[in-house]
Amino acid sequence: MTTQTIVYVPRDAAARSVGADEVAERIAAAGGDGVRVVRTGSRGLLWLEPMVEVATDRGRVAYGPVAAHEVDGLVAAGMLDGADTDHSLGLTEDIPFLRDQRRITFRRVGVVDPLSAADYERHGGIAGLRKALAMTPEQVVEEVTASGLRGRGGAGFPAGIKWKTVLGATADVKFVCCNADEGDSGTFADRMLMEGDPFTLIEGMAIAAHAVGATEGYVYVRSEYPDAIATLRQAIDAAYAHGWLGESVLGSDLSFDLHVRVGAGAYICGEETSMLESLEGKRGEVRSKPPIPALAGLFGRPTVVNNVLTLGSVPMILAEGAAEFSGFGVGRSRGTQVFQLGGNVARGGIVEAPFGITLGELVNGYGGGTRTGRPVRAVQVGGPLGAYLPVDRFDLPMDYEEFAAAGAMVGHGGVVVFDDTVDMAAMARFAMEFCAEESCGKCTPCRVGAVRGRETIDKIRAGIDAEANLELLEDLCELMTDGSLCAMGGLTPMPVRSAVQHFGEDFHRSPVPLPTPTFGPNGSAS
Amino acid sequence: MTSGESPVAARARSAVAAHRGERGALLPILHDLQAEFGYVDPAVVPVLAEELNLSRAEVHGVISFYHDFRESPAPGTVVRVCRAEACQANGAEALMAHAERNLGDGVTVQQVFCLGNCALGPAVEVNGKLAGRVDAARLDALVASADPFERKVHTV
Repeated sequence: MTTQTIVYVPRDAAARSVGADEVAERIAAAGGDGVRVVRTGSRGLLWLEPMVEVATDRGRVAYGPVAAHEVDGLVAAGMLDGADTDHSLGLTEDIPFLRDQRRITFRRVGVVDPLSAADYERHGGIAGLRKALAMTPEQVVEEVTASGLRGRGGAGFPAGIKWKTVLGATADVKFVCCNADEGDSGTFADRMLMEGDPFTLIEGMAIAAHAVGATEGYVYVRSEYPDAIATLRQAIDAAYAHGWLGESVLGSDLSFDLHVRVGAGAYICGEETSMLESLEGKRGEVRSKPPIPALAGLFGRPTVVNNVLTLGSVPMILAEGAAEFSGFGVGRSRGTQVFQLGGNVARGGIVEAPFGITLGELVNGYGGGTRTGRPVRAVQVGGPLGAYLPVDRFDLPMDYEEFAAAGAMVGHGGVVVFDDTVDMAAMARFAMEFCAEESCGKCTPCRVGAVRGRETIDKIRAGIDAEANLELLEDLCELMTDGSLCAMGGLTPMPVRSAVQHFGEDFHRSPVPLPTPTFGPNGSAS
Repeated sequence: MTSGESPVAARARSAVAAHRGERGALLPILHDLQAEFGYVDPAVVPVLAEELNLSRAEVHGVISFYHDFRESPAPGTVVRVCRAEACQANGAEALMAHAERNLGDGVTVQQVFCLGNCALGPAVEVNGKLAGRVDAARLDALVASADPFERKVHTV
């Protein structure tokens, strides 16, 4: 029997967007029978995609970025033997960007074949679920509480407390819902976990079901993620086939059915009550709270709603113990966070690190500054509702409370970098424009406030009563913050105010003419 | 199926049947119809309302709430340019302006907020296929090589 060389090429959507499929095909053709190409998730070194890894005696050797037309030359130069050729990056594990991280939630992403159940178990999968099923639901909830795990979707609510509420509620049926409506610009970790290691999410949801007494689960994935949807659906089928889902999971009393539901292009459905409305087949309009979803959630039943990364962290917590997880981090921000570097950054991708790492270490250290090579001017942390921070705040540690105290938020861990060509008044206007476009329309501060906010910023930029309008804008921001039903209207002021606070000079540049209003078919201005 | 019913209405009934037993099935049904026809024909509204015991207003309300559901087919090649912050940091606004100015007949240009490709922006989707690090020249090439008659949306 001849030994085949195993070559790993990502099937991650980001890698595919720059040609990973063509590279994989070319390698398979060039290598012939001597090569087996395994499609994995991405290691998260996205500036190096398509990144190819070759299995050698020394470990996996990486090459990147590799273009399809370069493959034949690289193969001739010995890439399939792990030789030191063009684009050679050495041993994958020794690449500093990866070596210095602490991968817990993402430990298998880019390593395993995402749809191989055998691979999953070989790399430590299902250990957490086995352990959980040997415990009582109360013990599992206690373990998650003790780990200090907080919601990774942005709000940072302690997962254990939410689970305890659902466990204590009585109902004919309870649900576990995963919020995979990752609409925040600059965030892509949910997508990469679902595409690169979907069994981790499935295992986390099964553990949650056991912990709270749920029998049915839904993953709500945004329609912009077709690869994640397809991978997750195949993984769920495989999980059923292995007894990880369905009747009597792993021979236990737990029965848990899991379904994928697809969004339809509405940012607001990432808000948990809006997501529940959408799952019920309705317009994704936000609900008033109380009642909280933990007591009256999907179809009015007690429901756990957690983000992909929250649920994806659970298997490790159960497998290795709460103390191992809570040993990382600072203050009340325990464990690791999967940070995402995007925008104008030289080295974009995934950085999983304990809370407490500073913003500067992420942007300049891991990220290497801007892609354009110009100075960094602003960084938006936590998605479109997060604050814009200047370089002089790079000492801020990534920590929920420290960020809140600085008028910012960690959110889902997205970090978007801008160079010194950015017009921050334009970015503030965009925040309002985005809110006007994506508001569900239920509450007035958000629905009308965003439109008025955009108009007011237009006037400021046009130099019309700039001081008076800046005052008006601040008033409006206060009203939206205090009066909106959910975080969409409530947090849109955060990027706006931070832009005014840290980059005030951009609101007094040479006048930008007022945009000409366009009118829709019903006469509405837009 | 009601006799003399349009093929669209009949298809709507079969989509409902395919999701019978699922909770809150309206979105999956609409996705099926959109995937098959490329849009959701307003003619299905009364049919879905009747089948799902909803008012027509409720069904219309759902269709009109979500950006994905179109009431008429998108002509030609569909280009979705990401205009979210991370892509703006890499010149998405200029790319969007280029697309609107230069991509003419046979191309539908739309904005989208985040395709989850924020480290490799600007990101664009052409007929449902994601592309990263797209500049004006690459966008033109992607559009030129796209099949204007191929399926415009993902089958989800």
